[in-house]
Amino acid sequence: MSQHKLTQLKALEAESIHIIREVVAQFRNPVMLYSVGKDSSVLVHLARKAFYPAPLPFSLLHVDTGFKFKEMYEFRDAFCEEIGADLIVRKNDDAIAKGMNPKEFGVARCCGALKTSGLLAALEEAGYDAAFGGARRDEERSRAKERVFSMRDEFGQWDPKNQRPELWSLYNGRIHDGESVRVFPISNWTEMDIWSYIRDEGIPIVPLYFAKERPMIERGNMLIPYYEENKNQLLEGEKPKMIMSRFRTLGCSPCTGAVRSDATNMDEIVIEAAAARRSERETRIIDHGSNSMEDKKKEGYF
Amino acid sequence: MTKFNFELTKEIELLRLVTVGSVDDGKSTLIGRLLIDTKGAFEDQLMAVRKKKGTTHVSSAADIDLAMLTDGLSAEREQGITIDVAYRYFATPKRKFIMADCPGHEQYTRNMVTGSSTANAAIILVDARHGVLPQTKRHTHILGLLGMPHLVVAINKMDLVDHDQATFERIKADMEAYCAKQGIKDLICIPMSALTGDMVTIRGDKMDWYEGDTLLETLESMSVLDDLDEKPFRMPVQLVNRPQTADLPDYRGFMGTIASGTVKVGDSLMVVPSGKTSTVKEIVTFDGNLEEAFAPQSITITLNDDIDISRGDMLVHEGQYIEARKSLTANMCWIGDEPLETRKKYIIKHASSELKVMVDSIDYRTDIHTLNHEPADSLAMNDIGQVTFKLQQPLSFDAYADNRSTGSFIVIDSFTNNTVGAGMIV
Repeated sequence: MSQHKLTQLKALEAESIHIIREVVAQFRNPVMLYSVGKDSSVLVHLARKAFYPAPLPFSLLHVDTGFKFKEMYEFRDAFCEEIGADLIVRKNDDAIAKGMNPKEFGVARCCGALKTSGLLAALEEAGYDAAFGGARRDEERSRAKERVFSMRDEFGQWDPKNQRPELWSLYNGRIHDGESVRVFPISNWTEMDIWSYIRDEGIPIVPLYFAKERPMIERGNMLIPYYEENKNQLLEGEKPKMIMSRFRTLGCSPCTGAVRSDATNMDEIVIEAAAARRSERETRIIDHGSNSMEDKKKEGYF
Repeated sequence: MTKFNFELTKEIELLRLVTVGSVDDGKSTLIGRLLIDTKGAFEDQLMAVRKKKGTTHVSSAADIDLAMLTDGLSAEREQGITIDVAYRYFATPKRKFIMADCPGHEQYTRNMVTGSSTANAAIILVDARHGVLPQTKRHTHILGLLGMPHLVVAINKMDLVDHDQATFERIKADMEAYCAKQGIKDLICIPMSALTGDMVTIRGDKMDWYEGDTLLETLESMSVLDDLDEKPFRMPVQLVNRPQTADLPDYRGFMGTIASGTVKVGDSLMVVPSGKTSTVKEIVTFDGNLEEAFAPQSITITLNDDIDISRGDMLVHEGQYIEARKSLTANMCWIGDEPLETRKKYIIKHASSELKVMVDSIDYRTDIHTLNHEPADSLAMNDIGQVTFKLQQPLSFDAYADNRSTGSFIVIDSFTNNTVGAGMIV
């Protein structure tokens, strides 16, 4: 066997860097969607590697719903400052002014307004022709069928039945005016790869990913984080409890659950990920329902 | 909690696989078996596709509707068809696998070529009751054309032929004879039952006459990168890094993924097609400069001389110049809705180059049933044939048989922008 071999994480890293560079070479005005989660942390880290020693040749775009955990906002601002990234934050101000929230309007409508419409407006406003996202194919079954270069029409919509075949490492980024592409450089990474890579590379992530005694509301199978300033979260009969817990995935605070865990460091998180028998998306309310991810993606969700 | 070895996750290698065969051959069952036994599918994902709604536990491939697991799109589930390639991930303590799952019926050429193009090994399913069918031969022919480094023939449903060794040996002999004609040398035939798991992930006790490894053991032990690093050095330049910052006012780095071979600091390099030369000053990465780099690493190279290099150029070792030519001949798999025709103009994407081309001649079309070459003036979707293109400007390339990266290209329809062809240079 030859001396020259890459570990699987280094092979995935090389593939992702190739994809990121290809986008910068092929598109006029790319942007990287930044959701503050662990996959975004990995994606930004890979982009820094791709262009080193130059700074990132594109901005990071956070489509903010206003419902993120406060730890996420603190982390986002400190992280972007530290790495010298140009952070753009966009919100769907209209919907927020009208008091959009998942409790009264329903999860689907809230996601549609704050995430999908917010994203499409932000992309259109700046005329981005390519947007990087941190989605992975192992996350969800419709994502397992999505291309690395995922074409979107002028309405930002995905047509799953009419995707360009992707051969070898040749990515066809040719588009007509008004069309755009969503690019997923970490398509081939699994949750386990993400955690192992964060550990090996020492990539900073939001502290909510590490287990700690936190005030939680137990609702059915879900653990919902409780915030003192938001007492009306509580349904009748519910009482917050201190529970040793952490998040496997981070989204909006009303719609993301925590899991019971004692994993307080990266080694323990990797062990937990290796032993996990249930998928991380289970803690995300938006994915429940028959085709929810596919439907949302057709409308323009990332 | 399961004891877990940290070091293992740092050392394991990646193997890209493609699985071909029709639903009837038990492909879904085999994939389900691999995913369940290696814990590549989560309980909530399996529970969502279980056959009986009351079931509270899923332990075997028989308990779940495997097509529901693989068919990710609503249109597929409504119509009971598989639209295109899906990617599955599983890992063992030795290796991580990326498996392209190609539907066997509709548009199989298009799907197979797509799924196989990135794979190092193919699993081809054969139903032990039916033996080598015309479709098996077509799949094998395409895999041969794609230069698949390793081929594993999963002779499945052995439980339905009483685990009969003679049946297995007969199919194996048929496959070996056919593969020899295709120039496929690395062929492993394994008898198995995806339904019971015998010889897939466990040995079982029904086929003691077979002395080889199980499918999973075979996949864990086959070589991954082959001799990629022993081939001549090729690095298509993707981008030129010119930060023009206060710290790095004059920095020029050439960014790319090494397609084959190795490169060291001090090596004499030549730019193709221009033929200009220089030596390697630094091999730059975020994690520090390297003394040596190899395929498939993504790196940045700086040179000791200020020479003109841009996207589309390729770096090679001096003395290994590849002549730039204005014509190329390739085996084509046509995957576009509109047929390829003589005199038509297209765009091709080869490594980091994009250029205009014209179809000079269709040398022949291969009859996918008889494998005979026949004259043709067009190639329709799913057709395979040999085509000669005229190029708008000179291009440096390798033969696909020598180098999959620098010997392959895609054809793009300049009107629709769709990818319509896959080419392997002869």
